[in-house]
Amino acid sequence: MLRLPAFQFHAPETAADAARILAEDPANTRVVAGGTDLWPNMKRRHQGAKTIVSLRSIPEMSGICVDDEGGVIIGATTTLDQITRNETVQEKYPTLVKAIASISSPVLRNTGTIGGNLCLDTRCTYYNQNEEWRRSISYCMKAEGEVCWVAPSSPRCWAVSSGDSVPMLCALGAEITLHSTEGERIVPLAELFNDDGMHYLTKRPDEILTRVRIPAPSGERTGWWKLRRRGSIDYGVLSVAVAGWCSGETTDRIEIWLGSVGSTPVRCSESIDHLIGKPLTAETIAEAAALARKGDGANPLGNTDFAPQWRGKMIEKYVDAVLREVAGLPVERLVPHHGS
Amino acid sequence: MDSQDQKAGEHQQVFRLLNVNGEPHQTGFSVHHSLLEVLREQLNLTGTKHGCELGECGTCTVLIDGQPVLSCLELAAECEGREITTVEGMMDGNDLHPLQEAFADLGAAQCGYCTPGILVTAKALLEENPEPTRDEIVSALAGNLCRCTGYHKILEGIEWAAAKMRGDNDYTPPKEAIYGDPLPGEGDSHA
Repeated sequence: MLRLPAFQFHAPETAADAARILAEDPANTRVVAGGTDLWPNMKRRHQGAKTIVSLRSIPEMSGICVDDEGGVIIGATTTLDQITRNETVQEKYPTLVKAIASISSPVLRNTGTIGGNLCLDTRCTYYNQNEEWRRSISYCMKAEGEVCWVAPSSPRCWAVSSGDSVPMLCALGAEITLHSTEGERIVPLAELFNDDGMHYLTKRPDEILTRVRIPAPSGERTGWWKLRRRGSIDYGVLSVAVAGWCSGETTDRIEIWLGSVGSTPVRCSESIDHLIGKPLTAETIAEAAALARKGDGANPLGNTDFAPQWRGKMIEKYVDAVLREVAGLPVERLVPHHGS
Repeated sequence: MDSQDQKAGEHQQVFRLLNVNGEPHQTGFSVHHSLLEVLREQLNLTGTKHGCELGECGTCTVLIDGQPVLSCLELAAECEGREITTVEGMMDGNDLHPLQEAFADLGAAQCGYCTPGILVTAKALLEENPEPTRDEIVSALAGNLCRCTGYHKILEGIEWAAAKMRGDNDYTPPKEAIYGDPLPGEGDSHA
C-alpha cells in the first residue's frame, strides 16, 4: 500500500481560522480541499507537509453565486463536478463547462476542486515519478536535486502548468481572491502564475485562494480544445482557449490562451495583436495561428507525453481550429473523438 | 482539531463514527490514513481493491453520499457523517444487485480486480440515469480502467442490469454478449 506520510491535521470552519493556522508555519503547512493533486504528490514524496489544513469544512469557500454585476463567483472548494452541473455556469460560460468537464476523469471531478485546479502543481516526466525512480537520477531541481533533467544547462525548472480550467478562465478575464491574516486581496487570475516550474504561483505561502470571479458575459464567442493521448484521465499536453468580442466583421477584442505548453499559461499576444481590428477569416486566422507557435513562451519541451516537435506543430493546428470554430468556419477534426 | 483526537508518538490518532453500508463503525486510526486503508485494514472490507493508489485507475472507487469517489485519495478522518457504500453493500440480503447478476451471467469480469470499482460507479450512474446510452455509460466509466475485458461485456452488463432495474423484461443482451463474437468468416453462427 502506498501510504501518505504522517502529518498533523486541522479542519477549521472559517477562512480566517485557516489563514491563522497557515500563518503559524507557512513553509511546512499545506492547505487541501479535494486532495486529488496533493495526496498523490505526498504519496510519491514530491511534496511534504508537517501540517495539513483541510478547507472542506469552510462553508464560505464553497458554492456558486451571481453577483450584482452579473458575474459569477465560484468558491475555491467547489468541486469540478458541481461547476459542470451548475445551470448558471452552463448558461453563461458553456465553453468553461466544456474545459472543466475534460479534466481528468468523472470520479476525480467529484472530488477535485476549482481552487486545486488553479493551483495545480506543475508537472514533468522527471518529477511525477516515485521516490525510487527519482533517486536513481539523483532527483531533479524541483524536488531535492540540483539539475533540471529536461534542460540540464538551464538554471531554472521547466515543469509544465497543466490546469485545464486556467486558459479559459484567463481568456474570460477571471479574478481571484487571496486571503491571509492581513486580509483579502483581489488579483487578475493571469497574475497568479509565474514562469518558473518550481515557483509557479505568485501568491504568498501564507495566502489561501478562496474564490474565483468570472465577469458577466458581454457577447463574447468562445472556443476551447484540448489535446491528450486518451479521452480521459490523462493530463492535457495542449489546451487552447479563445474568447473573441466582435462588432460586425471586425474583431474588437480577442483573448487567446494556451495551457500545458510551458510553466505558465501563455497569452498569445502576437496572435492577438494580429487579429485586433481585422475580420476573422481563414487567412487572418491562419496567420494568427502561425504566430501563436513562435513567441510568448509557448515552448514544449521533452517533459510530457508526445514528442515536443509534434506538440509545437499542434499549437498552430489547434489555435487555427479553435479560432475557426469561434469564427463559425468549418473545422477539421484533428484527433479521434472519445466518448460523448 | 477534534477534542477526541489524540497524539500517539508522532501520529495524530482520531476516532470517527463511519457509516459503511448502513452499519455504524466506531473506528480509531491515524489521521493520515486514507479511507481505502481504513476500509481494508481496520474494517476488513477487502472488496474495495487497491490499485495505483494515485488516483489513476479507479479500482478503489466507493460511493460517498451516492457519488463515486476514489477511496485512495480520501482521508477517512473526513468521512464521518457521510454514507459510505462499498461493493459489499450492494447485495440486498442474499440477493445480488442486478449489476452483480448481469456481470456474473455475462462474464463481464476476468481477473475481477477492477470490478468492485466499476460496479459501484455503474450503480451511481443507474440511480441517476435509469436508461443511459452506450456513450453515457462510457463517459461515466471513464475513470475506471480494466486491463482484461476490453470493456464490451462490462458495457453490455450495465445495459442489461439497467433494463432489469427498469423492469424491462423484453430486453435481451446481444447474442455476442452471451456467446462471444463469431470467428472471422463464420458469419452469425448463433442465428
